[in-house]
Amino acid sequence: MTTLAETFARTRSEGRAALIGYLPAGYPSYAGCVDALVAMVESGVDIVEIGLPYSDPLMDGPTIQQAVEAALAAGVTTREVLKTVEAVAATGAATLVMTYWNPVERYGVGAFADAMAAAGGAGVITPDLTPDEAEPWLAAVASAGIDPVFLVAPSSTAARIRRVTEVSRGFVYVASTMGVTGVRDAVSDRAEALVARVRPVTDLPLSVGLGVSTAAQAAEVAAYADGVIVGSAFVRRLIDAPDPAAGVAAVRALAVELAAGVRAARH
Amino acid sequence: MSDTISDPATTLEVMPDAAGHFGPYGGRFVPEALIAALDQLTEAYASAGQDPAFRARLDHLNTTYAGRPSALTEAERLSAHAGGARMLLKREDLNHTGSHKINNVLGQALLTLRMGKTRVIAETGAGQHGVAAATACALLGLECVVYMGEEDTRRQALNVARMKMLGATVIPVTTGSRTLKDAMNEAMRDWVTNVESTHYLIGTVAGPSPFPRMVRDFQRVIGDEARAQVLALTDRLPDAVAACVGGGSNAIGIFTAFLDDPGVRLYGFEAGGDGVETGRHASSITGGAPGVLHGARSYLLQDEMGQTIESHSISAGLDYPGVGPEHAWLNDIGRATYRPVTDAQAMDAFSLLCRTEGIIPAIESAHAIAGAVEVGRELGPDSIVLINLSGRGDKDVDTAAAWFGVVTGEPA
Repeated sequence: MTTLAETFARTRSEGRAALIGYLPAGYPSYAGCVDALVAMVESGVDIVEIGLPYSDPLMDGPTIQQAVEAALAAGVTTREVLKTVEAVAATGAATLVMTYWNPVERYGVGAFADAMAAAGGAGVITPDLTPDEAEPWLAAVASAGIDPVFLVAPSSTAARIRRVTEVSRGFVYVASTMGVTGVRDAVSDRAEALVARVRPVTDLPLSVGLGVSTAAQAAEVAAYADGVIVGSAFVRRLIDAPDPAAGVAAVRALAVELAAGVRAARH
Repeated sequence: MSDTISDPATTLEVMPDAAGHFGPYGGRFVPEALIAALDQLTEAYASAGQDPAFRARLDHLNTTYAGRPSALTEAERLSAHAGGARMLLKREDLNHTGSHKINNVLGQALLTLRMGKTRVIAETGAGQHGVAAATACALLGLECVVYMGEEDTRRQALNVARMKMLGATVIPVTTGSRTLKDAMNEAMRDWVTNVESTHYLIGTVAGPSPFPRMVRDFQRVIGDEARAQVLALTDRLPDAVAACVGGGSNAIGIFTAFLDDPGVRLYGFEAGGDGVETGRHASSITGGAPGVLHGARSYLLQDEMGQTIESHSISAGLDYPGVGPEHAWLNDIGRATYRPVTDAQAMDAFSLLCRTEGIIPAIESAHAIAGAVEVGRELGPDSIVLINLSGRGDKDVDTAAAWFGVVTGEPA
């Protein structure tokens, strides 16, 4: 397994931010998703974030909702998500799962952390689990040896930022804006201000997500963050593709552009 | 009773804890972006609870606008169908806007003003909470946006019209099952985006802390009034209290005053749909399992992967796959008993109440009537059963007419 720490050490040594790409498991199919994620890694994505499809994704905008609904309708299961992790981790890229909390509780908190570790996963992002309710989860990930990634938001107070950074491992997910996932014309200028507030509090890498979709935006964010997270733009490529092969090609092309973006940033 | 908002000093001592936990239930399972707003709401609510001016304004609205206290009606002809038990109806159906929902929206709309926010969003299933929220916003000059599942906007077209007339914007939700749970998801997405200007006026005792506790406190006026009314009428406490349970706000509202009366049995009647054994129901406690949905841990309908299962009920207001966390806790400690009532049983009780008492109940409340009739038979003729008649059935006339076949033509 490649860890998040190893990955950020490498991207830092290369003088650039890491590129983090997201797709939900099971979309457009189990195999189609694996193909697209492997293509991302081959095209310059450093860290892969695999979404665990959930019936009530209240942090997600319409693009990801659409893909997740299709994956669920096709019968994707938690075990298939873990198989996806295994397939992607085998490429050598650090591999995360992004999941709402109830599927983890249902699988078993300890069992899920152990299964992630066994699949070669590096960590788990939990958008609706804050440190306040995370005690059993923190014990489980510590025992399994994977990284818990929590979020900070523009509305987070200084005390909240301290609390989130204390318990996060691997990196801190910096939500660029108040809102849900989705492509936006501009990355909120609140992102840079938030990174500046979090930076003095922690040595962890800071990765910015929500609203990043183009090479220019990736370059802009990479100038002040350690990681750039792109989700909806990749999903949109798959949704708009006439067939799975064209989808993989479109994902590959976007990954190449974004990888150039994070390398073009001025640090 | 004028004690419409309970003293935090006494309610907090009991449940929930400071982080909003009722035993293992409740809490906050929300995006970090919402934590600041929930903290702000918690503080605003605490300071309002200690501000005599806030309580006075809410009391004033309750008496001069909502129509409180609501009446207690002895249902003498219904009694004959309930083994001779005395059946006492707490008449929340007589409130302004036609249900108990007004109690909560007036409180939360005043809190919205107190927080300096100008916009209110709400989710609604049957439309009763949406209508109540639109009403309170019209009264207090707040912008109101109501999210409603597209399926429900068809089932409850009359309430959509009412909300629009009251100046609210109604947004049909076309994602997921297109019902209440999806409306709640969409409201959460709006809230996380607009939280600085917007208060999310949750309509039931669900959601992240402090909502379950706060909505309970705004609804406990039902039980506080009823307990005094029953004592005045009968010189004793009732043997049982019955209410329907979807999210569970009317049930918590009437239960709370009796929690410390061990001789009073508490019954919550969940929507049994086609029957719990068919899988087509909305009985989260009877037929669900503990999990996390919409910001809190409670019982919910879910599959083995933790995906929410769609609920089914003839009653749009009970058609929700979760339940408030305090009910989950009251169930587990054995203080309240939860039973399912099927669509057919509820509609029989709907008809029974129409014909014995001249009251057309909301189909939600008909579940409580059906359950209470059974409880009356179990407890016998010397018993007293207090029933929360949480809403009136005007909104359900199309559904009921189609069910009973009393009109010809297309059902609405």
